[in-house]
Amino acid sequence: MPEDRATERVIGIDLGTTNSLVAYMEGDKPVVIPGVDGSNLVPSIVALDVTPADAAASSRTVTVGNSARRALIETPERAVYSVKRLMGRGLEDVQDELKLFPFHLADDIQPGEVLRIRLGEMQFTPSEISAYILRQLKRNAERYFGAAVTKAVITVPAYFNDAQRQATRDAGRMAGLEVLRLVNEPTAAALAYGLDRAKAGLIAVYDFGGGTFDVSILKLNDGIFEVIATNGDTHLGGDDIDNLLLAVALDEIRNEHGVDLRQQPDAIQALRKAVIEAKIALSTEPSAKLDIELPDGDRYQREIPREVFEQLIAPVLARTAGPCKQAMADAGVKPEQIEELVLVGGSTRIPAVRVLVDQVFELSARGKQPHTELNPDEVVALGAAVQASILAGNSTTTDELLLLDVTPLSLGIEALGGVVARIIQRNSTIPASATEHFTTGVDGQTNVAIHVLQGERELAADCRSLARFDLKGIPPMQAGLPRIEVKFLIDANGILQVSAREQRSGIQAQIEVKPTYGLTDEQVETMILDSFDHAETDFEARQLIEARQEAETILIAVNKAPAHSAWQLISETEKIAIHIARLHLEKVRCETDLKAIRDAVTSLDHATRNFAEKMMDAAVSGAMRGKTMQSASDDMAAANPAEIHAPHAFAQAEFE
Amino acid sequence: MTSVVTTSAPAACWACRAALGGSPLLCAACGKVQPAAGIDYFQVFGSVVGFERRLTIDTAALEREFHRLSRRLHPDRFARATAQEQEWSLAATALLNDAYRTLRELVQRTEYLLKLEGFEIGEEFAGKNKTAKRQPPADLLEEVFELNMQLEEMRMNRKMGESDPALHSELTAVSLRFESELAKLDNNLVEKGAAWDAGAAAGDSAGRATAAKDMAAQLDRRRYLRNLVRDVNEALSTDKES
Repeated sequence: MPEDRATERVIGIDLGTTNSLVAYMEGDKPVVIPGVDGSNLVPSIVALDVTPADAAASSRTVTVGNSARRALIETPERAVYSVKRLMGRGLEDVQDELKLFPFHLADDIQPGEVLRIRLGEMQFTPSEISAYILRQLKRNAERYFGAAVTKAVITVPAYFNDAQRQATRDAGRMAGLEVLRLVNEPTAAALAYGLDRAKAGLIAVYDFGGGTFDVSILKLNDGIFEVIATNGDTHLGGDDIDNLLLAVALDEIRNEHGVDLRQQPDAIQALRKAVIEAKIALSTEPSAKLDIELPDGDRYQREIPREVFEQLIAPVLARTAGPCKQAMADAGVKPEQIEELVLVGGSTRIPAVRVLVDQVFELSARGKQPHTELNPDEVVALGAAVQASILAGNSTTTDELLLLDVTPLSLGIEALGGVVARIIQRNSTIPASATEHFTTGVDGQTNVAIHVLQGERELAADCRSLARFDLKGIPPMQAGLPRIEVKFLIDANGILQVSAREQRSGIQAQIEVKPTYGLTDEQVETMILDSFDHAETDFEARQLIEARQEAETILIAVNKAPAHSAWQLISETEKIAIHIARLHLEKVRCETDLKAIRDAVTSLDHATRNFAEKMMDAAVSGAMRGKTMQSASDDMAAANPAEIHAPHAFAQAEFE
Repeated sequence: MTSVVTTSAPAACWACRAALGGSPLLCAACGKVQPAAGIDYFQVFGSVVGFERRLTIDTAALEREFHRLSRRLHPDRFARATAQEQEWSLAATALLNDAYRTLRELVQRTEYLLKLEGFEIGEEFAGKNKTAKRQPPADLLEEVFELNMQLEEMRMNRKMGESDPALHSELTAVSLRFESELAKLDNNLVEKGAAWDAGAAAGDSAGRATAAKDMAAQLDRRRYLRNLVRDVNEALSTDKES
């Protein structure tokens, strides 16, 4: 609406595996926006509430965050967490995850299809689940600002591939957010740290979160944050540590108590909660205790000394060392050249992680300490807020800052023999592009198929399939004569765009994209939230905003009413009543009394009812000339609704 | 077929009509981003490499110009601009990044220049009909033949679960020798690049053409050696593991 673009707030969102946060730039400082429960962290848990079996789909409600936590134990078949692990993935990618996580996938998913998760009697794509989390964060921000929020920066693991990025952007769109930029999490963290000082030199960010690991090497120079190399593992995080502890506990329970809990989702959830608490305690305590009541009334009690814990998780932690070394090798730097190291992600609280980082980057040997001043759970969201401010262009603090990020994976196309021809190397600064030329192999051929891949392996079968493109409409020519120029462009979000042109004829070749694990635009449209679900934990702010929007809509329509021919058909008394109701609504609309606004909308609605009917009559009689009743009503439904509908087009007054 | 690129970039800013100097991606007068069509990498960094396509480059100056242009062209600066300017910003920044990546490395810079000058360089990718030309240079024919025999022998050994230490050290020596020849080739490339630049300064187009031809030959040899070293090192590393 008439909101001033320059003052519109852009929020920064960390959409995490375990927790999600929303932050924004308050003056020259990024701050996290708390939820209704006062907590900065919104657990990335989504639950479908239990509703009567005969309830309409529209009455189903979804709960997000802390309030969904209970559902994990009470109705585990209606709740989901760690959905980030499934973003942009296919069935064959997630077999390992399925053994460890209680994801209930739909039974009929075909290979290559986007995953669907069952919650109770319904199914959701990972993007939709993420959209519920995003919408919760959006609402938290709206409640905090008392104004609508429509634009956001969302962070993703640096090592996310194209499909995972697309899935994240789709989730934003479903949640009603225009995603201005996807920012890599370690880079965001560097931004959050680099704000206060004009730093120069090489820094490394070690980001070990709930489900993903990233490492990035950056060069700072006069406000420019230039990523020179990044590496990581999108399936390595605190979750893996939890799963190890869980597996040990399950085995012990089976051996000592003769109970196999593996088939009991609620018991597994309770046990998972206990081992997570033990893990957290072990970051500060020399040992932790597990004490759980088993279904048969027995107790499983276990003391875990820190040394045992560290031995157990050593293989998981060791998997972070390789990417660190590879990133330094790719950047052409040695550990001693890294001047500062930033720790990000909850898992970096584990002392054994800090020991490993210290060794890999030779910190204490050089008298250095890692940076942990900012809360490792919040630093990514804070950085996202900084990037949001850069894009909004409304802060002098961020005016001089610029992020130059890289693509984490090489882009290639499948060539003869199933080998990959690399066209954009990993760690290329984005946006990056490559132009390739293709031709035909058969006389008169009008289609050329191109298979685009992402990854570092030699064979197409070992790389990640991004998409298959069909170049169509090539003018029929002798084999080898067409020269089709295909331009591959990785944008600033790390997402691929492709365009093609036949050079001899100058014809713009059509491209048909079949994303390997993506949703089409049309599919995303159908998944936009708010079509069902009125669930709300922070009702008031949201409803006030909606009531104001409703008031705005009806006022605009009523203000246009005198120009309509039907206006002449109503009495002076009615016109005066409409006028009074309009003035009243204009006044209360700016105040914060929700009920007053709603009542005023209802009054104006009543006052204009006769006029609305006259207007409908006029529209119907106009549309009916020379037509059947059926086609006229079809036309009405299809034609410009603003012209034929009542001023407050079918807007229903809400009653408590 | 590679055609010589002729440029048709507009000489004036679309917004303020001022003449475009420095970088053709950015109007120095009004700061507006310009459409990037038909601009080559050397033109992007015209103020650093000169419009005569110089090969001897001050890489620190190149980086400064990269940062300066990034600040002005990056899509982050156009989040609130018109869709058209956003599109130009994306294309211009992609071109800037591609240009910087190519020009800052000697070999890539030289290869790119020679492509612009109409030489066929490297393995052109042509759909599924990719043809890899791996003809050894004439003077290396014999040596390569023997090397391939040795590599094959090593592979056979590995299959049998054996390792021949003499063969291993022999191949290690070969790898080192090729590595040092590669370093020599890079030095040559720098010299030839200087000859190319001098030819431009003196208006000596014949000298330039000779330098270009020399460089193209050097690069072919370099690519061949590079692949050879890679194969040998690969074989050596798997040999060690067994």
